[in-house]
Parts: sequence; structure tokens; C-alpha cells
Amino acid sequence: MRATLIPRRQQRPGRQGDADRRTGGAALAERVFRVRESGIIVVLAVFVAVTAAVQPRFLSATNIQFILVDTTVFALLALGETMVVISRNVDLSIGSVLGLSAYASSNLFGPHPGIPIPLVFLAGLGIGLACGAANGIMVAAGRVPSLVVTLATLYIIRGIDILLFSGKQVVQSTLPAAFIQIPRSTTAGIPDLAIAVAVVIGIGAYYLRTYRSGRDLYAIGSNPEAARLAGIPIGRRVFTAFAVSGAIAGVAGVLWAAQYETIDTSAGTGYELQVISAVVVGGVAIFGGSGSVIGAALGALLLSTITTALYVLGISPFWDQAIWGFLLIVAITLDQTITVRLTSALRKRRTRHE
Amino acid sequence: MSNLLRGSGRWESGLAAVLVILVIVASSVSPQFLTGNNLFNVGLSYGEIAIMTLPMTLIIISGEIDLSVASILGLASALLGVLWSKGWPMPAIFVVVAITGLAAGAVNGLLVTRLRLPSLAVTIGTLALYRGIATILLGPKTVANFPTAYTNLGVNGVPFTGNDLTYSALIFAVLAIIFGVTLHATPFGRSLYAMGASAEAAQFAGIRVKRNKTILFMTSGLVCSLAGVLWTFRLDTAVQNNGLGLELDVVAIVLLAGVSIFGGKGSIIGVVLAVLVFAGIQNALLLTNFNQEATGIVTGALLLASVFLPNAGRWVRRLSRT
Repeated sequence: MRATLIPRRQQRPGRQGDADRRTGGAALAERVFRVRESGIIVVLAVFVAVTAAVQPRFLSATNIQFILVDTTVFALLALGETMVVISRNVDLSIGSVLGLSAYASSNLFGPHPGIPIPLVFLAGLGIGLACGAANGIMVAAGRVPSLVVTLATLYIIRGIDILLFSGKQVVQSTLPAAFIQIPRSTTAGIPDLAIAVAVVIGIGAYYLRTYRSGRDLYAIGSNPEAARLAGIPIGRRVFTAFAVSGAIAGVAGVLWAAQYETIDTSAGTGYELQVISAVVVGGVAIFGGSGSVIGAALGALLLSTITTALYVLGISPFWDQAIWGFLLIVAITLDQTITVRLTSALRKRRTRHE
Repeated sequence: MSNLLRGSGRWESGLAAVLVILVIVASSVSPQFLTGNNLFNVGLSYGEIAIMTLPMTLIIISGEIDLSVASILGLASALLGVLWSKGWPMPAIFVVVAITGLAAGAVNGLLVTRLRLPSLAVTIGTLALYRGIATILLGPKTVANFPTAYTNLGVNGVPFTGNDLTYSALIFAVLAIIFGVTLHATPFGRSLYAMGASAEAAQFAGIRVKRNKTILFMTSGLVCSLAGVLWTFRLDTAVQNNGLGLELDVVAIVLLAGVSIFGGKGSIIGVVLAVLVFAGIQNALLLTNFNQEATGIVTGALLLASVFLPNAGRWVRRLSRT
């Protein structure tokens, strides 16, 4: 979200002077950013249209429901990752957090068959939050690169998962029907889970756009030094981003368990790079400072739609990864071009005004 | 001068100390550890990973990263399998595989240098792309039955070494010397440090940053395709997921070696030591019947130590100053 570097509404007093001069630039940036997000929608629409033309079954209610449910966990993780990436960090541990949470939480049903489902979600949330907080403390207080820290916790958390639960499986028969029903229940044909996730993403998008602590993440990501000089509590903000990302991965783990029903210690292995792909395809700059939660969620939707479309078209799923990779490269190339153009356009504007 | 000595070499001596302690502890816990047979197995299991750490080291020192290494390994393996099953002669296959590796590296390099895209994102993309091409090539097939003359290279020892040294370990040793000399004793190698410290300053100093980085990525592609060939012959199978996820192991080893993720710092000696520590610890845990899959905990802990220990010194100094 290149545009939101500059707040759309000038809420805080004392910045009025700036506001007048910047509105032109802000409007331009806003427009470009909208184009970037609509870009994904266009690609998505083209993909859906072509697939549906070849195979009308693609647009059947069941299939759309399938795609939406398939996207939920993915989009949730993309939300957390977006917060981290915007602040010029990266969280590689989410796949492992998801795996640990998926097993540990769904494993509660075995010994405690009557355990309330919200409690299981709370357990997943707690596990994720603990992992995320550990990442956050190390990155924020230790001032060490997040790539290294979360690469380490990727190994450590997966290792803990394997040490605790290796060779075992949570099987469907231990899971209560109500739990398995979570990703399957629908309202007016739309999966409830998809609605819930959409709401969460909406809240996330609103938070990053309007709240000071959300906006701070963009400031930190675009220029950490300037953010520090501007008095932004970088450590606290980065910690929060990691804690939220971990907590989301924890909840996503529980949903993963409900969706796949059989869980072993390999759940979510390698998922981190897929989520980062979705985030980057969605227009979030890998080195922070710009991008939006909505874009990232659309990126996730696009990637999982492609997977399903290939399946429906009878194209070998083996094409999946190559297309993902290609799209990712196209997306970053496009972003780079947009950024260069936009920066020079804004610079021209500024010189004209002065 | 004293600063220079303190800055470089200290991490390497630390790693050497860790390695010595590891060998003493492991060989006292398990008498098997120092046997030739076991060392042979270590060479077998970690040869390809070790080979891939060398170009990765140069790339990270120059301020970039290549996450597509394991996918290039997989692509080389898939290509080898497909062409062999079509009856191509081995030498021709090697040429095609090498060219493909170079091309894969060149794509990475050109995207990073010419289009100025961040290598982290580019190589996550090509990680998926190259693995994708490997899966398209091979599909669900498994190609086996490579000629024994070649698969023997994967499972037999090098003659005159008491059969304790694998070919992959020998190749690693030779490549380590070549990469070490290139990095530490040639203008090209020294330029990588300058590029890693500040690409812009290096550019102004007359270093051909873009060309050098492209060369690095192409080298990485070539070396990883070699690792792919070795991997295929060792297992006598080409499947689309050969070497899946190895990129993180490779990066972990390089960082453990004291190479800064921000570029500009690191040495080949450190990487060789880190490879030995990494392989040694995993092997020692295996011998003590520790859950083999959970050895990642140790890798992770070492990684954390590798970023926190150097900073710990800084924190202590800062505390003592105040």
C-alpha cells in the first residue's frame, strides 16, 4: 500500500500545513495503489473466466466453497505475515508454529473428549502467541535480523513438535463432530469460516490503515532510522507484529486441524514460503514500508484459486508451483516498475510546488 | 590491526573450539563416531549440502541471497532422470544439466541486477518456479537404474583414502579451496566484500557490481546442478522432490559460519568449520539415538547463538563503558 505511507485523512492536528501540499501526491499514490490491488482482481477474474469457460463446473457452489475454505488459513497467515513484512522484517517460523499448534491443540480432544471447542482455540492461540512473542523479543530487544531468528525458530519449533509427538497422529475419530464441522458449515452458501476470516482481515486492514500503531509499522518499514528519530517505539511495534503473526499462526493451526482431520508432526512444513509468496504477489514490498492486508489476502485467494483451477481443468497439479513462481516474479517486477514511476512522479510534483 | 585480528578469526576460532569439543564429547559417548565408516556416512549424508554452502557464502557476502539452490538441485536431478530415461548418453546429459544450472542462475542474477529486484523475493519466486519445472518434467515418475559406473561414485569411497572419503566430500574439499582462494586472494573475491558493505560505494569505486553478482548467481546455479547430479547418483533415483527444503539448511550453515546476513563479512574457513560442526552434531545425535528429525532444534539453537554471541560482546562492552 504505497499510498498509505501518507494518511488519507489528516486526523492529527499540527500537520495541516503539510496536508495542503501533499494532497496531490497522496491522491496520486492512492490511485496507483488502487490500480495495484485491482491488478490482482483482474488477474483473478481472467483466471476464473477462462477456467469457467472451459469447465463450467468450476463455478459450482461446492467448488467456490472449496476454494474459499482452502483460502482461509492461507489468508489468515498472510495477514500476520503482512504486518511483519511491512515493518521490514520477515517471519519464517509460521509454518512450524502452525504445525505445533495444530497437533497440540487437536490432541487435547483425545484425553479430554468433552473439552469445549473455544478452549481448544484458546490453546492454539496461546501456543502461537508464545512462539510469536519469543520471536518478537529476540528481534526487538536483541536487535538481531529477523530472517536469522525466525529461521532458527522454524527449526526449533518444528523440532519441539517432533520431539513431543513424533510417530503419532491425531485421527479423525477423536475429533468431535462440531469441531470438524467448523470449516464446513455455511450461511447462504458461503462458508461461515470464510466470512469470519474476511471480517478479521477487514479489521486488520482497518487497524493498519488508521491506527497510529498500525501506521507506525509502515514508517518503521520505510525508514527505520527516521522512524526512530520521529519517536516511534520501534521495539514495541515490531514485537507486537511478531506476537500477532504468531498468534494468528496458532489459530490457523487449529483451523488446519479441523480442516484436514488427520494431523501429524509434518503439518504446515514449508508453508512459510508459500505465505510469503502470497504476500508478495499481493503487492507487499519484501523490504517493508508498503503493501496492504487486503492485497495480501487477494494474493492468497489468487494462488489457491490457481491450484483449484488447474485441478478442475484437468491440468496436472505439477504445473502449480511453476505458475506460482512465475506470478511471483511478475508481481515483484510490476511493483518495482510502479515504485520507480511513482517516486519520480511524486518528486516532479514536489519540485513544481516548491 | 588489532581490530582487524579481533574482528576476523575470532568467530572461526570459536567454531573450531566447538568442533573440538564436539569430537571429544561425541567420540567418548559413542565409540563409533570417529570410525572411518561413520565419517564416510557423514560425507555421504552432507556432501551435497556442503557443496551448496560455498556459492551461497559468496552470494551472502556480496549482500544478496539465493533461496532457489535446492530447487536448482531438484531441477538438475529431474533433468538427469528424464534425459536418461530417454536414452541420452551421460556426457551429453551432463552438458545439458550444467547449462541449465547456469541458465537458472543467470535468470536469478539478471532479475536481481538488471531489474533491481530484491534477491530474497526473486529467489523465493524461482524456488517455486524451478521446483515447478522439475515437477513438470518428471511428474510423479521416479527414474532409477542409472548406470552403476556412475552410481558407484555416489556410494563408493575415493580410492587411496582407505575408502573413508566420499566423492562428494572430496569435491567439497577441492571446491572449498577454489572458492577460498577466489574469495580471499583475488580482486574479484575482495570486491564481493566491498559490494556487501555498500553496493553503491563499490559501484563508485569502479567495481562492476552487476556483472559480479550475475557471475555469483550463475556459479551458484552451476554448483547446485552439480550437487543435483551427485544427489541423484547417490540415491540412484530422480524424483521431483529431491532435496526439497535444503535451502534453509544451506543458509543456516552459512550464517552459523559467521557470515553476516547483511553482507560484507565472512570467510570460507568459517564455512568449512560450520559444515563440520553442523554435520558432526547431527551425526552425533543420530548415534546417540536422538530423534533424527528433531535435530533441527540443535541447528536452530546454534543459529540463535551465532547471532546473539557476537552481539553479546557488544552489549557487555557497552555496559562496561557506562
